[in-house]
Amino acid sequence: MVIEAGVREKLSFAVIDAITHKHNVELGAIIPVLQEIQDAYGYVPPVALQRIAENTGVPASELFGIVTFYAQFRLEPIGKNLIKVCHGTACHLSGAERMSQALEQVAGAKEGETSQDRLFTVERVACLGCCSLAPCVMANGKVHGRLTPEAIGKLVSRIKETEEVVASEKVS
Amino acid sequence: MFPERDKNNIGQVIKVGLASCGMAAGGDEVYDALSTKLRQRGLNVELKQTGCMGMCYNEVLVEVCSPDSGCVFYRHVTPDKVDRMVEEHLIGGQPVTEWVIPHEEIYNFMAKQRRIVLQNCGIIDPESIDDYLAADGYKAIGKVLRSMSPQEVIDEITESGLRGRGGAGFPTGVKWGFVRKSPNSQKYVICNADEGDPGAFMDRSVLESDPHSVLEGMLIAGYAIGASEGYIYVRAEYPLAVRRLEIALAQARERGFIGESILGGNFDFDIRIRQGAGAFVCGEETALIMSIEGKRGMPRFRPPFPAQSGLWGKPTNINNVETFANVPWIILHGADAYNKYGTEKSKGTKVFALAGKVARGGLVEVPMGITLKEIVFDIGGGTSSGLEFKAIQIGGPSGGIIPASLADTPVDYESVTKTGAIMGSGGLIVMDETACVVDIAKFFLNFTQNESCGKCTFCRIGTLRMLEILERISNGEGKEGDLEVLEELAEGVKRASLCGLGQTAPNPVLTTIRYFRDEYEAHIHEKRCPAKKCRALVTYEIVPEKCPGCGLCVKYCPVGAISGEKKKPYIIDKEKCIDCGLCMSVCRLGAISVQSGGRNE
Repeated sequence: MVIEAGVREKLSFAVIDAITHKHNVELGAIIPVLQEIQDAYGYVPPVALQRIAENTGVPASELFGIVTFYAQFRLEPIGKNLIKVCHGTACHLSGAERMSQALEQVAGAKEGETSQDRLFTVERVACLGCCSLAPCVMANGKVHGRLTPEAIGKLVSRIKETEEVVASEKVS
Repeated sequence: MFPERDKNNIGQVIKVGLASCGMAAGGDEVYDALSTKLRQRGLNVELKQTGCMGMCYNEVLVEVCSPDSGCVFYRHVTPDKVDRMVEEHLIGGQPVTEWVIPHEEIYNFMAKQRRIVLQNCGIIDPESIDDYLAADGYKAIGKVLRSMSPQEVIDEITESGLRGRGGAGFPTGVKWGFVRKSPNSQKYVICNADEGDPGAFMDRSVLESDPHSVLEGMLIAGYAIGASEGYIYVRAEYPLAVRRLEIALAQARERGFIGESILGGNFDFDIRIRQGAGAFVCGEETALIMSIEGKRGMPRFRPPFPAQSGLWGKPTNINNVETFANVPWIILHGADAYNKYGTEKSKGTKVFALAGKVARGGLVEVPMGITLKEIVFDIGGGTSSGLEFKAIQIGGPSGGIIPASLADTPVDYESVTKTGAIMGSGGLIVMDETACVVDIAKFFLNFTQNESCGKCTFCRIGTLRMLEILERISNGEGKEGDLEVLEELAEGVKRASLCGLGQTAPNPVLTTIRYFRDEYEAHIHEKRCPAKKCRALVTYEIVPEKCPGCGLCVKYCPVGAISGEKKKPYIIDKEKCIDCGLCMSVCRLGAISVQSGGRNE
């Protein structure tokens, strides 16, 4: 479950404190700490870095150096659905560029961007390891392979439909 | 069929291949459908999940074993096929032959393989330690603790000829010997599971299909070198592998194979899992160590080597997943059983992830010394497109492209290095005539450029300059002298980089120039892409005789460049067209063609 962070005042230090406390006897555990914070919020809120620094003794500048070095960490919130397009060698040969193009059209987001309606964030990954099913994407943690531009369109439509159902349930 | 199967001891068992590829192809839904159907019919058949069966091109794979018809493999299984499979095969005793993989095809795929690392993959349930134990699991560590001294273990591994399977090929026994000799009471074992090469999935498959074999290998290494702690560093992009490792670790701890006083003796060993955070360079051993220490993953100079000063300055033994997975088998069967496979200097077997434009792509394990041609044609069945086999890419971004003319090259460390490529971790990508070598070189350089940590000037800036030249060439702006500058930069980057990433990044460029110089020249002098791939050098056209005016391509064109009246041939507006090729990829009637060369600029 992703906790909505949004506004600075709403950031729960209790969540951050629990995570840092859990790892406090483990050597070199700062990366697992940052990974769990990202799991909780969907990104690493920059305002969290100061609290992590206070709890762990790792200077905020060093933390900043770590989150900007590793591609996994995001300093900005993502959309509701994360789609990673595989650009590994086999997928590249099978037309990954075209998949990215097709996805951009239907989801409204280029690689590295979030769509205007905040429904989709699209990322580019080097390889998901499912090369026999090239080209592939990972949508919300699940790998989809043997894709075509049509299949991508269907995948995005299915996600949009589910989102609409959820949204209308909230209203009623 | 898997040759070691005991034909006399078959009950009714159904196994569904559920590693990442199987799941991505819909394996979960097939498993659930089978479960429901079996329950509905009240059948007492054992339904199991297994890991990767190897024939990935046939996913979803389901193996059905029964006393009357033996074991058969169903391919491309979908939930709607389950009814007939159960009714006709399990109940009626008659396999649904149109969905079964013919024995001949399985034979062709398997005949030249020797599955040592993959011996349990696709056969046992990776989430069952009892399955692993029934397959002689944890017998090797038992033998080691009961009857071998650490030095005897090291001698056995050295005698086997096992060399590091991560790509560098350093003799494993020798490395263990160095770590053992290093004076210090605190030592570490690290398993490098940061399989970052695009196109490689060997380690992922082993971790998802037989995780205990890796744990057991680490235990044996720990005993041999005198370590009591180990880390497995896995890519975060492999969530299933992480999950199965966590399950295996918990099971092994519960049964006393990991932890204190293992098997009731004096040996303590525990293992922690650490996840990578999306940095390819952390597959390099010193960068990996930095990452575990909680720092930016930037490599450092060696010496000192990790064997003398590694994790937190202590002697550390780092090996690849596949290297560890070989260890239990070698201990149980002996060094001589292992080194009878392979060539003089490259002993044993190697796991390859065969992918790309190959008919039978998947996970294969072959004895060293087999030729590339045998892998591509005998095992792989040739190209999937039926088009001519052009080249094979080996070794990922550190490797190179070996042309079809050198397909008789035996696969061993030295022979592959002679071609200018490297063996690498095991990614093998088959290319047909639709692959453009300039595009491939650009692809890999783009990757390494992105992943460069930035420490060394030549790697950081040199690869960028090389990439800029390649981009100009593929954009039709290549000029005389470009290839010479590329070669000069490549030499500089190789010599002035402190780690393997920079030292090998130029390899794809150097090998493509060496073997396909004429293709580069076509791009530079004729502004032509022979493979019709480079967007700036191709034009797409609708073939009027074949176009019925269905309008499908219009839907997918991102820039609205296609127009026409329904039921009449459509037309592409060349001014608007960005040459992305989406239209051609969706057209089901072959009504769109692509040309290169002869453009008026």
